[in-house]
Amino acid sequence: MSNQQRSFFFNVDWLTVFIYLALCTIGVLSIHSAVFDPKNQSIVDLDTNYGKQFMFVIIAIVLGIFILLLESRFLSALAPAIYCVTTLLLILVLVIGRNVGGNQAWISLPGGFRLQPSEFAKFATCLLLARYLSGANIKVSEPKSFAIAAGIIFFPMILILLQPDAGSTLVFSSLLFVLYREGLSPYFLILEGLFIALFVLTLKLNNLPLVIGGIVVVAAIIIFLFKRNRKLMLTMLIGAGILITFVFSVQFLYTKVLKPHQKVRIDIVLGLTSDPRGKGYNVNQSKIAIGSGKLWGKGYMNGTQTKYSFVPEQSTDYIFCTVGEEFGFAGSVTVLGLYLLLVLRIIYIAERQRSPFSRIYGYGVASIIFFHVVINIGMTIGIVPSIGIPLPLISYGGSSLISFTIMLFILIKLDSNRMGMIYA
Amino acid sequence: MNQFFERRYVIGGIFITIILILLARLFYIQIIDDRYTLSAKKNAIRQVRQYPARGPILDRNGKVLVSNDLVYDITVIPKEVKAFDTVEFCKLIGIDKPEFNKRFAKAIKYSPNLSSSFEKQLSPQLTASLQERLSEFPGFTVQPHPIRTYPDSSAAHFLGYIGEVSEKGIIESGGHYRRGDYWGITGVERAYEEVLRGQTGVENKMVDSRGVPQGSYANGAYDTLAIPGQRLTSSLDSRLQKLGEKLMQNKVGSIVAIEPSTGEILAFVSSPGYDPNERMANYNELYNSPYKPFLIRPIQANYPPGSSFKPLSALIAMQEGVITPQTTYNCPGYYTAGNRRIKCFNGERHGVVNLSSAVAHSCNGFFDMVFEKLINLHGPKQTDTSFTIWRNNVAKFGLGSRLDLDLPAEGPGYLPKASFYDKLYHKGGWRSSTVISLGIGQGELQATPLQLANIEATIANHGFYYKPHLIKSIGDKQIIKKEYTIKNYVGVDAQYFDPVIDGMQNVVDYGTAAGSKIPGIVMCGKTGTADNSHGKPNSVFVAFAPRDNPKIAIAVVVENSGQGATWAAPIASFIVEKYLRDSITRRASGIEPSYYMNQNLLPEIVVKTTPAQKAKADSLKKLKLDSARKKAPVKSANNKKPLPVKYLAAIKPKDDE
Repeated sequence: MSNQQRSFFFNVDWLTVFIYLALCTIGVLSIHSAVFDPKNQSIVDLDTNYGKQFMFVIIAIVLGIFILLLESRFLSALAPAIYCVTTLLLILVLVIGRNVGGNQAWISLPGGFRLQPSEFAKFATCLLLARYLSGANIKVSEPKSFAIAAGIIFFPMILILLQPDAGSTLVFSSLLFVLYREGLSPYFLILEGLFIALFVLTLKLNNLPLVIGGIVVVAAIIIFLFKRNRKLMLTMLIGAGILITFVFSVQFLYTKVLKPHQKVRIDIVLGLTSDPRGKGYNVNQSKIAIGSGKLWGKGYMNGTQTKYSFVPEQSTDYIFCTVGEEFGFAGSVTVLGLYLLLVLRIIYIAERQRSPFSRIYGYGVASIIFFHVVINIGMTIGIVPSIGIPLPLISYGGSSLISFTIMLFILIKLDSNRMGMIYA
Repeated sequence: MNQFFERRYVIGGIFITIILILLARLFYIQIIDDRYTLSAKKNAIRQVRQYPARGPILDRNGKVLVSNDLVYDITVIPKEVKAFDTVEFCKLIGIDKPEFNKRFAKAIKYSPNLSSSFEKQLSPQLTASLQERLSEFPGFTVQPHPIRTYPDSSAAHFLGYIGEVSEKGIIESGGHYRRGDYWGITGVERAYEEVLRGQTGVENKMVDSRGVPQGSYANGAYDTLAIPGQRLTSSLDSRLQKLGEKLMQNKVGSIVAIEPSTGEILAFVSSPGYDPNERMANYNELYNSPYKPFLIRPIQANYPPGSSFKPLSALIAMQEGVITPQTTYNCPGYYTAGNRRIKCFNGERHGVVNLSSAVAHSCNGFFDMVFEKLINLHGPKQTDTSFTIWRNNVAKFGLGSRLDLDLPAEGPGYLPKASFYDKLYHKGGWRSSTVISLGIGQGELQATPLQLANIEATIANHGFYYKPHLIKSIGDKQIIKKEYTIKNYVGVDAQYFDPVIDGMQNVVDYGTAAGSKIPGIVMCGKTGTADNSHGKPNSVFVAFAPRDNPKIAIAVVVENSGQGATWAAPIASFIVEKYLRDSITRRASGIEPSYYMNQNLLPEIVVKTTPAQKAKADSLKKLKLDSARKKAPVKSANNKKPLPVKYLAAIKPKDDE
C-alpha cells in the first residue's frame, strides 16, 4: 500500500496519456479551424466553440488528475452507485431534458452549458458490468449470468432509445466484445457479423428467396463437408434457422420499426437511393470535403468545404472532415493510427491486470472508443449509415470529452494500481 | 490471466481489420477518386466572368464604325430573393405581375443559384433610381453590360449586330458561351466573332455554402484577366458608305464598290437600310416592312445584269475566237433570232457597229449576234456543248456561285446550266435562239451586286480579281488571309480587254451614260436597264475608274426605277468621284447629288392578290417560262418567297431621257 502513496503519477501509463493529449489537441485545433472567424482570433474566447472546447480540455485534465488521486477500490465499490446516478439522469432527461435536433438528450445547466447523461452512462455501464462479471462464480457462458450482464447493458440502452438517440444506443452493443472476451460463445460474435452482412444483402438484393436459398446452400455444404461432426451439424441447423428468421425480420424491421429518416440513411449508404441535395446532403458534402484533401490536404485553416460551412455539424459529428480536408490522407492515417494505437494499448493494459474487474473494464473502454471511431469516421466517408455519435476526444462537446476522459483515466488509475490488491 | 486469454488476439485482429477497411476507403476517396476534388471546387469556388470589351470596327481610314457603350441589365439570383414588394418592383421596371412570374420561373428553371438576366438595357434614369433602391429587392442586381454603338449610324448590313447567344449556340460552342452572353449574329460581327469577342477573364472567388463571397481563391493565382477583343480595320470607306446610303435613301437597291488592286470592299450599301443604333427600337416596323430592310442586298439580292453583262459577253467571244475587235454588225434596230425579233432599246437603229461602239450604244443586235455565234460554236446540233462552254466561261467571272465574302449569308446568284433548259424544253429542244436573252444579261441569269462589282474589278485588272473582302487588318497586325492575295484569273487574255474597255469608256464619254461623265476622270462603265417582272426595269450601272491604274470598281442597282443611265449611273459617278477626288465637282450635265438623294423611287405597293392566288399564278408562269420573252419572270430578291404584295409602277415615273 505504501507504494501508491509515493506519487499521483506513479505507474501511470504515459503512452495512453500521450495519445489522449494528442487527440484532445487535434480536437481543439480542428474545431478552431472549422469555426474560425477572422474577426475573433483569440483561442480562449468562451463565445466560440473552440474556446469552450479548450476550456473543456482543461477541466477534463483536472478531472483526470483528480481521478488519479482516488483510491482504486472506490471505483469498484462505487460502480453500482454511479450506474444508479446515470440511470436517474437518463430518466430525468426524458422528463426535463432539452430537445435538440429531435433528441431529448440534454439537461440544461447554469452558465449555458448542457449535460448529456447518455455519455456518462457509457462508462457507468462499463464499471457495473466489470463489477458484476468479476464476481466469484460468474460465468458469462451460463444463461443466468449472461442474462444479468445483458440486462446491465440493455437497461440504459432502452432509456436512451426513448430519447430517441439511436446512435448512442447502438454504442452499447459494442460491449459484446467484452462478453466475448470473458467467455461468451464465439457464435454470438459470428452471428452478429452475419446479421450485419445479411441485413445489407437483404436490403441491397431485395430478393428474399435468393438470400434464404444462399443461407440453406452454405449450411448444407458445411454439413456435407463435416458430416462426421454431429455437433457442428446441429449448430449449423440452428444457425441457419436463426439467420432465416433474421432475414424475414429485416423486412419487418426495415419497413415497420425504422423511422423514415433512418431508412433513408441506410438506403443512401447501400446506394439504393441518392439524394445529394436533400437527405444525402450531409454525407455527400462530407465525402467531398474529405475526398478533396488528397494526400497532404489543403493545409491548416485552408479547407474550403469545412471553413465555408458546406459540411454541416462540422465541429461535432463531422469533425473528421476538417482533418481529412486540411491534412489529407496523411492526416487521416495519423488520426486513425492514434485511435488504433489507443485501443490496442488499452487491450494490452487490460490484459496485464491481475484484477478481472480492471481487465473487464478495460475491454469495455476499448470497445466503446473503437465503436465510436468506426461509426463516426465510417459515417463521414459514407460506408456506415448516418448515426450521430461523436468522435472520441476530437468532436466538440463537453459531456463527450469529459465522459471519455473519466472513462480513460479510471483505467489509467486502475492500471497504475495493478501491482496492488485485487479489490473485487 | 484466464482461459480466454487468446481471445485478445481475435478482438485485436477485428479492430485492426476494421480500421484498415476505413483506411482503404479513405485511400480511395482521398487519393484515387478525383471526383471529390472537382466537386469541392464547384462547391466553394465561384468563377466570376470578367467580360472583355468587344473589339471596335474601324473604316479603312481609322474612323470608328462601331464601338462599345455601357448599358445596365437587371440580373437575379432566385435563391437570394427574399420577400419584397413585387408590385413596386414591377411598376419600377414597367412590367406586369404575370410577366414577372414568367421571367422569374425562367430564371429558376435555369438555376436557382446562378444569376440570370431579368430585364435588359435599362434607361439611364431607371438605372439610377433602381440602384438607389436595390437593397429593397434582395437577389436582384444591376449589372453593367456593354452594347455596340454606331457613331455614323451607317453600314448596318455590313457590320451586322450582336445579340444574346442562342441555346443551340451555347451547346455548339462547347461551353465557351454562357446564357446571357452576347455574340455576333450577322455581318462582320458574326464573321469575325472570334477576333472581336476577346477573351473572357475568370476571377475565382471563394463562397460559403450560401454563396456569400469570402475573398479570392489562392490569392488570384488561377485568375485570368479579360483580354479585350481586337480592333478590326475594315476595308470600308465611311465617306463613300455614307454618301452611298444618302444617295440610295428612299430607293430599293444596292451599291458595291471594290478596290480592284486588292479586292477590298469600299462601299457596301443596301437600301432601304436602317440606323443600327435604332435596330432594336424599330425592330417590328423594320421586320414587317415590304421593302425588307433586313435583306443584305449586295450579297443576297438577285438581279438580272441586263446590258451591264455585255462587256463580259464580248470578252468571252473574243477569247473563244468568234469575233475580233473589228467584227462589225449592221443594226437595223433589232436582231432576228430564229423566228423572233429582239429590238434594240426603243427600237433605235445603230447602223454599222463594231465592238466598241456596240458597247457604247448598248446595241442588243450586236450582242445577240455574238451570243448566237458562241452557242453555235460547235454547230447548231451541239447547243448543249457550246452552252456549257459559254457557261463555264461566265462562271469563271464569279457568276452563279458565292465569292466567299467574309460575311455570312452570301447568295450565289443564278447561272443556269444546260440541264436546266433540257428540263424546261426536252433535251435537244432548245437552240441559241431559245436562250438568246442570256446574251444581253436577261433571261434566267441573275447576279448579286457584289458579283457585278467583282466583274468590273476583273475588267479593270485585265483578267483577274482578288477575292472581295471586308476586313483589311486585325488589331495592329496587317493580317490578310492568304486567299485574299491570290489572283483569280478568269481565263480571258489581257489583250482582249482594251477593246472592251474602249467601249466602256465611250459609254461614259458619249454613250448611254454620257450624262454621268466626271470632268477630269476617265470612267469606264456600262449601263443596264434590266427588265423584270415587278414593274419598271431595274436601273443598273457598272463601272471602274480611272481607266489607267483603276482605283475603284462599282456596281449600282436601283430597283424598278427605269433606265441604267437615269439613276444608277449618276449615283455611281458621285461615289467614284467622291472616292477619287474627295469632293464632287459640277458636271457638264448639271446633275447634282442632292437631287438624287431627294428622289423617292420606292416602288408602290399594292396588295393585289391573296398569297394563295399569287402562288398559283407563280406556278402557272413557271410552266410557261420562256427565256426569250421580254418580261421574263425573273425572281427578284424582293420576291424570294411569295408575298401578298406586288410592286407596281414607281410613284412618279420621272424620266430624264
